[in-house]
Parts: sequence; structure tokens; C-alpha cells
Amino acid sequence: MENERRVVSVIVVNEASVLSRITDLFSARGYNIESLTVAPIPDSKYSRLTIVTSGSVRVIEQIVKQLHKLIPVLKVYDHVDFVEKEMAMVKFPISEPINDIDTLCRAYNGKIVNLGDDVLIAMVVDEPKRVDQFLKAIKRFHPKEIVRGGTVALER
Amino acid sequence: MRISGAQMVIEALIAENVDTVFGYPGGAIMNVYDEIYKQNSFKHILTRHEQAAVHAAEGYAKASGKVGVAMITSGPGFTNAVTGLADAYMDSIPLVVISGQVPMSLIGTDAFQEIDAVGISRSCTKHNYLVTDASDLGRVLKEAFYIAASGRPGPVHVDIPKDVTAQLAEFDYTKPVELETYKPTTKGNLRQIKKAVEAIAAAKRPLFYLGGGIINANAAELVREFVHATQIPAVETFMARGTLRFDDPLLISMLGMHGSYAANMAMSETDLIIGLGARFDDRVTGKLSEFAKNAQVIHVDIDPASISKLVNAHYPIVGDVKNVLEEMVPLAKESVKPERYASWRETIANFDRLHPLSYNEEGDRIKPQWVIERLGQLLGDRANISTDVGQHQMWSAQFYPFTRPRQWVSSGGLGTMGFGFPAAMGVKRADPERISINVTGDGSILMNIQELMTAVEYKLPVINVILNNNYLGMVRQWQTLFYDKRHSETDLSVQPDFVKLVEAFGGVGYRVETKEAFDAALKDAVEKNVVAIIDVVVNRLENVLPMVPAGGSLFNMMLLEKKEKK
Ligand SMILES: Cc1cc2nc3c(=O)[nH]c(=O)nc-3n(C[C@H](O)[C@H](O)[C@H](O)COP(=O)(O)OP(=O)(O)OC[C@H]3O[C@@H](n4cnc5c(N)ncnc54)[C@H](O)[C@@H]3O)c2cc1C
Ligand SMILES: Cc1ncc(C[n+]2csc(CCOP(=O)(O)OP(=O)(O)O)c2C)c(N)n1
Ligand SMILES: [Mg+2]
Repeated sequence: MENERRVVSVIVVNEASVLSRITDLFSARGYNIESLTVAPIPDSKYSRLTIVTSGSVRVIEQIVKQLHKLIPVLKVYDHVDFVEKEMAMVKFPISEPINDIDTLCRAYNGKIVNLGDDVLIAMVVDEPKRVDQFLKAIKRFHPKEIVRGGTVALER
Repeated sequence: MRISGAQMVIEALIAENVDTVFGYPGGAIMNVYDEIYKQNSFKHILTRHEQAAVHAAEGYAKASGKVGVAMITSGPGFTNAVTGLADAYMDSIPLVVISGQVPMSLIGTDAFQEIDAVGISRSCTKHNYLVTDASDLGRVLKEAFYIAASGRPGPVHVDIPKDVTAQLAEFDYTKPVELETYKPTTKGNLRQIKKAVEAIAAAKRPLFYLGGGIINANAAELVREFVHATQIPAVETFMARGTLRFDDPLLISMLGMHGSYAANMAMSETDLIIGLGARFDDRVTGKLSEFAKNAQVIHVDIDPASISKLVNAHYPIVGDVKNVLEEMVPLAKESVKPERYASWRETIANFDRLHPLSYNEEGDRIKPQWVIERLGQLLGDRANISTDVGQHQMWSAQFYPFTRPRQWVSSGGLGTMGFGFPAAMGVKRADPERISINVTGDGSILMNIQELMTAVEYKLPVINVILNNNYLGMVRQWQTLFYDKRHSETDLSVQPDFVKLVEAFGGVGYRVETKEAFDAALKDAVEKNVVAIIDVVVNRLENVLPMVPAGGSLFNMMLLEKKEKK
């Protein structure tokens, strides 16, 4: 069966060890995690996780059901029609052409966010695929460090 | 009410109507044991190993339908109990297992007998808790019992640091459980149920596929009604034995790796599987791509994750099988015409005539299958049957004449050697009027042999029947068949004297080499009503047949070559 990339959001009770329940489930059942983000939902006792995973239709169905089965899980969204974004930050040597970097960042919804003595830091926010492209494009500016934030998604 | 954490444990157990706790004390759980000493509401049974405490709680739960309770200390006490948790998890057995933990102030410091218990139990429990404040303890225990028994049952582990059992806090057990995130579906969707009944009425070769969920749901009576009203033949999984009576003409037998020829052929030929509380285990399906190729599937299960996990369901029905059948059976009675399946029943009867479940007698020598049949003839409905794991287990499932649900207690999903004896103690405790038999092997019995002491002390007169083949027989069988007879490390010729062994603990023992001696030993053990071992010398090289080799198609069975009876 074809492997499909899926984005799944999980609403969980914000309590001790809830994150390990979820990651343990993925490792125990041999499911992939490509990215995982988590943060509390404001003014509630819940947190929201966004997981990017992949698998056959049957595997994805099992992932959703198995997540549901965990006691502290309130809801699972297997996204179909949704907006997803990811942020990335990159550190460059100050010697690199600042204007070129800035222009490139703007094309990907970003900008330079910090200028130091030796390095500058730029950030972008875009669809994960576009972030991939951005990270390819900046290779020629000799990035020193790259950090990606992981995907977040909302159903339309 | 302001009481200590330890007192809360006792109060909770009383409120849950617990009459038996199986356990083993140690440093981290001592506060609770101190309260156990002071109370009179339930009995604590001191097993001689923590693994046995959990298996005994499983046996108790399976025989009684109630939640089994075990209690253990931190560190090695807990790790010893893990096999029991895993076993209960695989077989969906409701348990609450309470462990002590090092005090909160020492957690994370590699303290004496500290182990990350909830970290370990996470993957082999339905849910677990580390209680960090006594004011949570009442709620947690109440949730634990609720979660263990509801939905798809399973073990719940509650880890309590020592200082929490000493801490005083407010305790109120009357508040109902409020779990916004856990609401199992128990009512089936009526539209789906109607569609399923239509499919049954339209099918030509429907087949009931009965699973352990029926036993858990206490739905065997309804299933019997369903089967008889529709006259549709049925196969049972290993876990479902006892759902139908052994002599029910519509019961084909167990299916699967060691299922009967007729059961496996019926499953291969059916055009509609009516799956009730069964999970299409690989021991049942064999090679999935070849499994029941012509069949549509109705699948009733309380766990949505069981449905379409391995075999696609055309009529998925999420719900408690008893609730679902209460809707389904009356509808089926109206529309299903039993005559319709007459030729299908005849086809199956022919399968059964062709290769009935059987074995070859060899003169006066005791065949292991004979022992099971004989147990059945002599004890029948009067006994509950537990087993260990191996060939003896499969022969028990194949040949015992089961008459009722909860009569059969065996480790199916995990296949845990050492399960049988402590489980049989738990069964005896839950159902003291009946005879508790543990059918075991010369390998398995030694994996929890220390429980002879528990059984003697608490007068739990389990009769252990060893089918002694001087082998780890099931592994030996695979070596014979698939490893060119290289019997690597399976020869158990070196053995204890089981008669002396059981006598040393204060029970009675019999070494049996003839059929007459077996009858006499069993009669004596039942009459004496004490802990016993009947060590039965059986054919060393007998194989369990039929057999579907692992990964093979269900219809490709190794079959018995029947020799004419002399
Ligand atoms: C050596 C060995 C050989 C074996 N060979 C065989 C074999 O030949 N044949 C065989 O059948 N097994 C065999 N087994 C056992 C096998 O491993 C499985 O344990 C067994 O097949 C599972 O049975 P089951 O499908 O009834 O599921 P169970 O494990 O009993 O699961 C019950 C199912 O019912 C559901 N359920 C629970 N409660 C309810 C409810 N109230 N309402 C609705 N649904 C509910 C659960 O969600 C689950 O899906 C063997 C085991 C061993 C150790
Ligand atoms: C704890 C554990 N270890 C190993 C196994 C693998 N195993 C399955 S059956 C078996 C042989 C059991 O021998 P015995 O108890 O003598 O039963 P027999 O098959 O001879 O009837 C073994 C080793 C197991 N199921 N459980
Ligand atoms: Mg043996």
C-alpha cells in the first residue's frame, strides 16, 4: 500500500507523562513521527499536539484509533482540508550578504530577527515544503545552525 | 474525612467490594500493609512471588467477572509483576495493581528499590498513574477500577510513593467518576445492526466467529439464543471456549493454528463472518491475504481499534456485544430463515466427518489427549480448567468438554508459562464450590512452583495435572517439524521428583503411568480436597494436530494420520 503523509492533531489533558504516552505509542507500534509540536491550549486544561506522520491508509486509521484509546486523549483530528505552517530559524556568519538573505527570507514570510557581532539570525514561517525549499536556497550563505519548529495545523 | 493515603487504599478497596487482594509486601508499600493488618473486610493472600500475585488476580477476575486486585512493593516487587500486567493487557483482563514507590523526595535519585514503574508499565497497561498527592488518591483509585472494568477491560496500575501513603488528606469516595476524555461506546448503531441482520439473512454460508469479548460481556446466553434461532454454525477462538456447550450441534470447534479441520475449512469457505468480540489474531487467521477470501465481515467489538485492524469489516459495529445482541437477536429472529443454511451445515458436517478432532491410541500408553478427555468425563461441568502454555494447553482447548463461560482460564495473547497454577488459585478463590484444575507441563509448572506454599497455606486445593513428556513439548514440536529434528535445549529428562516435591510443601502427589492409576489418583485428589500434583507420564513425541504452520494459509493444515483402532 502507498504511504501517505498525514497531519494529525491531538487534544490531550495537560498532565504529567501524557507526552510519553503518545510517543511510546508511536514507537511501540512502529509508527513514524516526522515532526511533533506541543503547547497548552490557553485557558483550558488541555494541550494540543500536532503530529506529522506517514503510513498506509490502514496504518493511519490505526494511529487515529490507538490515539483515541489513550485515556487522556480528548480528540483526534486526522486533517484533510487544512492550513499548515512551520517556522524555522537560521544562524549565518555576519560576513554573509545581509541584503540577499533578507530578500530571500521575505519571499518565505520571514525576516532577519537578530544581528550580533559575529552572527545574524533569520526566521521564516511557511508551509513545511516551502521551508524545505528555503533551507535549500540558503545553503550558499553558509548557515551555521538551523532549527525547525515542527508543523502546526488548523482544519479550514 | 481526613485520613492517610494508606487508609484511603483500604477504604477504596472496601467501597469497591473487593474480597480478595493477592500481594507481597516490602518497604515502599509498608504503610498500606500496616492498614491491611488492622482491617477485616477483605482477605489478603500472600503469594510467594509477585508474578504469581498478578496471575492469581487474573484467574480471580476471569472466573468471577470482577476486577482482580494485586499489591506489590517498589523496585523488584514491581518488576516481578510486569509479566502479569502484560498478560492481563493482552487478554483484556480487568485488574487494579497497586505498587509502592520510593518517597517523592527520593524519586529520580536512583534511590534504593527505585524504578520508573509507570514508565515500564505504560506499554502493558490500559492506563497507569503515579499519585503525587494523597488528595488525588481517592479519585485515582476510583478511576482505576472504573477504567479497568469498562469498555475493553484491562489492567490499571497505580504507583504510590511511600510518603503519599503516610500523608493525611481529605477523602471522599462518593463522587462519581468524571472522565471527559474516556467514554467507551457501549450501544451499537441501530442502522448498522439492521444492515448486518439483512446481510445475515441474505448470506448463503454465514459463520459465527465467537471471541473472548463474549465471555467478558457475559453475553454467552444471548449468543446461544442467536445461534440456535438462526441455526448458523459457529467457530470459537481459544479465548471463547465455553461460549457454546461442547455438545452443541452448531459448534464446529476452535479455529486457528491448532483449530479443527472443519472449523478452519468453514472459515475458509464462509461468505459472511459474524464476528463477535474477536480480534482476528494471527494465530487465528494464518496468512492474512488468504484468510476467508470470499467473506464479507460483520465485526462487533467494543474497541474501535480492533475493527478493521487486520481484516476489513464491511459491517463495523462498535459496542458492547451484549447490548448489540439485545438489539440484533430479535431482528434476526424475524428475518433469518434457518432452512436457508441447511446445505452449508451439511458441508461442514462433511468436513468434520473427513477429519474429526482426534488422536491415535497406542495400546495402554497414556496419550496426553486422553488425559484431557478423561478429565472431562470424570469432572465435566464440576471443574474449572486453567492451563499453562504449550502442547498441554492446546490439547486442553481442543478436547475438554466445556459447558459454560468462565470455565476456561488460559493465557492466550502473551502465552505465559507459569500462568496456570497461580491463576487456578485465583479461580478457586473466586469459585470455591468447583474443582480447580491446572493442566500443566513439566516445563511450565516449574515457573511458579513456589505457589505450592500459598495454595497449601490458604487451603486453595488446586489439582495440578502435569502432562509429563520430558520436553518443552511445544518448542520440541516446532524443532521436529521445522528444524529438522534438532531438539536444541528442549529435553527435560532431568526432572524433580514431583511427588516428593509437593509433599515437601504439604500437599499430595501421584505419579501415574497407567489409565487406571490416573482415574484413581484424580478420584483420591478430589476426595482429599487438598493441593495436589498428578504427574502423568505421557507419550514423549506426540504432536498437536491439526497445525497451520506459522504464516501459512488456514486451509493448509498438517493433519493427523488416523490409524485404525486395534
Ligand atoms: C501456543 C498458543 C497457540 C494458540 N493457538 C490458537 C489457535 O489455534 N486458535 C485460537 O483461536 N487462538 C490460539 N491462541 C490464542 C491466541 O494467541 C489469542 O489469544 C486468541 O486467538 C484471541 O482470541 P480472541 O480473538 O477471542 O480475542 P481476545 O483476546 O479474547 O479479545 C477480545 C476481543 O473482544 C473485544 N471485547 C472485549 N470486551 C468486549 C465487549 N464487552 N463487547 C464487545 N467486544 C468486546 C476486545 O476489544 C477484543 O477485540 C494460541 C495461543 C497460544 C499461547
Ligand atoms: C515464560 C515463557 N518462556 C518461554 C515460552 C516459550 N514456550 C512456549 S511453549 C514452551 C514449552 C512448554 O513446555 P511444557 O510446559 O513442558 O509444556 P508442553 O508443551 O510440553 O506440553 C515454551 C518454552 C513461553 N511461552 N513462556
Ligand atoms: Mg512438557
